[in-house]
Amino acid sequence: MSATAADKFGFAINRTRLINYDTTDRKVRGYISEREPSFRLCFACGGCTASCTAGQHTTFNLRRMNTYIRRGEIAPLREEVTRCMLCGKCLLVCPRGVNTRNVVAVASEAIRKFERNEL
Amino acid sequence: MKIDGKIAIWKEYQKEIADDHFFYVRSCVRQNFFPGSETAFLNIMRDVLKKDVYEHPCHTTCTGIGYHSDIVPIETTMTVVARQFALMTEAGYENLLPSCITSFGLYTEIMDTWHHFPEVEERIRVNLRKATGREFKIPKNLAHASDVIYKFRKEIAASAKFKLINKNTGEPLKVVDHIGCHYAKMFPSKGIGGAEYPYVLAGMVEEWGGKVIDYPERRHCCGFGFRQYLVQANRGFSIACSREKFESMMPYKPDMIITNCPGCPMFLDRWQYVINEMEGKRYGPNNEGIPVFTYEEVAGLILGSDPWELGLQMHQTDCEPVLDKMGIDYDPEEKYNLKKEIKRATSSSFVKV
Amino acid sequence: MDKHVVVIGGGVAGIEAAGTLAEMGLRVSVIEKEEEAGGHITGWHALFPDRRPAKEVTEYLRHRIRHNNITLITKATVERINHHGHSFSVNVSDGTSLNADAVIVATGFDLFDARRKEEYGYGIYDDVITSADLEIMFASNKVLTSAGKVPSRIGFVHCVGSRDEKVNNNHCSKVCCVTAVKQAIEVREILPDCEVFCFYMDMRMFGPLYEELYRESQEKYNVNYIRGKVSEASSTINGRVSVRVEDTLAGRPLKMEIDLLVLMVGMEMSKTGERLAEASGLSTGVNRFLKSADHHYGSNESGKKGIFYAGTCTAPMNITDTISHARAAVTETINYLNSR
Repeated sequence: MSATAADKFGFAINRTRLINYDTTDRKVRGYISEREPSFRLCFACGGCTASCTAGQHTTFNLRRMNTYIRRGEIAPLREEVTRCMLCGKCLLVCPRGVNTRNVVAVASEAIRKFERNEL
Repeated sequence: MKIDGKIAIWKEYQKEIADDHFFYVRSCVRQNFFPGSETAFLNIMRDVLKKDVYEHPCHTTCTGIGYHSDIVPIETTMTVVARQFALMTEAGYENLLPSCITSFGLYTEIMDTWHHFPEVEERIRVNLRKATGREFKIPKNLAHASDVIYKFRKEIAASAKFKLINKNTGEPLKVVDHIGCHYAKMFPSKGIGGAEYPYVLAGMVEEWGGKVIDYPERRHCCGFGFRQYLVQANRGFSIACSREKFESMMPYKPDMIITNCPGCPMFLDRWQYVINEMEGKRYGPNNEGIPVFTYEEVAGLILGSDPWELGLQMHQTDCEPVLDKMGIDYDPEEKYNLKKEIKRATSSSFVKV
Repeated sequence: MDKHVVVIGGGVAGIEAAGTLAEMGLRVSVIEKEEEAGGHITGWHALFPDRRPAKEVTEYLRHRIRHNNITLITKATVERINHHGHSFSVNVSDGTSLNADAVIVATGFDLFDARRKEEYGYGIYDDVITSADLEIMFASNKVLTSAGKVPSRIGFVHCVGSRDEKVNNNHCSKVCCVTAVKQAIEVREILPDCEVFCFYMDMRMFGPLYEELYRESQEKYNVNYIRGKVSEASSTINGRVSVRVEDTLAGRPLKMEIDLLVLMVGMEMSKTGERLAEASGLSTGVNRFLKSADHHYGSNESGKKGIFYAGTCTAPMNITDTISHARAAVTETINYLNSR
């Protein structure tokens, strides 16, 4: 929103929060799904997020991150994924056997490639 | 699209609308935005349909606008509404006819509250008695002005000089019908067609020759909502709501929008200007906007009223494209000639004291 | 023993009860409202959890009801059960009356009428169908939109008509979640390029191998699961269905365009069963299903001696449990008859 519009009217148009599944891009998801097939098993129970150390004191939320990847919403993930310390506690909890640590590792790689248009 | 499915739903949500002898209560702000609408309504009711519509000179705002903005407490609002009922009782009327959709929602809500909580009704009676010495009866029938025009849409069509048809192509005009949230979303059974597929305006459009557009954001609020709009910091949210609707209806290339609430046409009309200023985007063809009308204006137009007497010059988004499509004659020079005398309502029952 | 039992309803429970009674030497009359016995399973193509052909179970039932001791009366309903001391008579809709030493009520369920959920547009938008409609498509091995196109995206909406106060059904219909998973997998097999989404509130995989089926649907078939109740369906300019839901896992609203929307319609107490219960003085629960004498050890008992319940007239059930319930009803009936 241009500063002049907001100055002129005193408000700007709120942006939508809606995830539009028809305009989001799932290349990152495809990349991760191929290299770490256990990613598909996640049923979003949140056990990983509950055990996560980084999640206690930062906004890092592994369950939500995985959900965003599945939807193709990459923008919120750029910094998010760097917060994981790869400690592996989540791996111990996951009831479906998702290799969560590797999902994060592959995800950072995928996001970097996505931004460089290499996917 | 299976129209039978919709027709089945419309048939289910029907309601009692009085036939005659209405007590008309005006909108507090509507006449500022669309000044010709209420006059057009009264002219149609009295001169065309020959109905008895009475306006008490002492009636006030229902304070719905204050109630929904958290400024007026509910008990005060109820007492003001009770006074409206008292004026109606004193004038000998039983059929309440609000001009504003928020009023309609408010009267419905209050009567429903009193029905479930008679002790509240009793308290309000005491309030009114103490404050003004008045007593009241609950209205026998409550119908919004758009319900009444819907009820008499065939009679209006019979007297119509114009149709909602593009005279150049012979095709029906594509019309977006936008219903005020307070009409059916609160009490779906009190709206014609219910809340999902309201029929009150769609019925008018179809009867008058137009074609109704069903687009994904049909049900979305325009964003008026009182409190969020009245506070400047919240207006970004309000305008975003209207914008959602415009983006969604644009691919269907509507010719016009018809509404039945005071706030909705104001928003849908004015926000097109603001969005154009902020983003440079317009939603109609040929770099135009989509003209927005109240149902009274549409009824007035098809009955042959002069567009400037209907107040269409007050619209932010120019209405001329629709007038041209319908083949309505108007004098562009007279558009802002406000000194011209407007024909007044001639019915003798206009003011009774 | 030379006793006559009337079984009201010729669906899965009714047939199993009748077959079991007949084997044990009793005379049975089965009264069924449709033209043929079999119940809802006759419209089904494959059954969870292992997707075996429904035909195999209908064959089993067809065999079951073919017994010299069984008289099958079709296109008839029972209006009322009358008590006469130690025996009963039932008023049949064709004007006749049958005497019985005991009665088993097996009137089953009705599928929820999806038109009642107006916001989903069933009966209005061409490509909104029910799970039952989809199952019929499976039988012909062709899943197409109303315009005859191959869908590239199909959505399943869980809990249509169940767990929903707005339609006066607070109960869970139990089997719809696993049905959605099964149908999602079947779609993915018929249409390998089609994306499939299940919009759920919970995943109720209660039975043996159901949870495993859910896992398989994700691992092998790439079915997508979005947790959120679909609030509305609309039609788009290119004739697709637009769906709005909250992606509760992301905490944000979501919308998508799909080619075919499948509504997982739930189970309700059957209308004919409701009328029979009312006329015969049989009590129903808040969920309108027949109320058994005891939840745990009396689920076949009606509370009236000699009248027993079998199957989904008491609560939503899968086929396995319906058959077990019917057999248990027979045990109760025979114990009752022996004790007199």
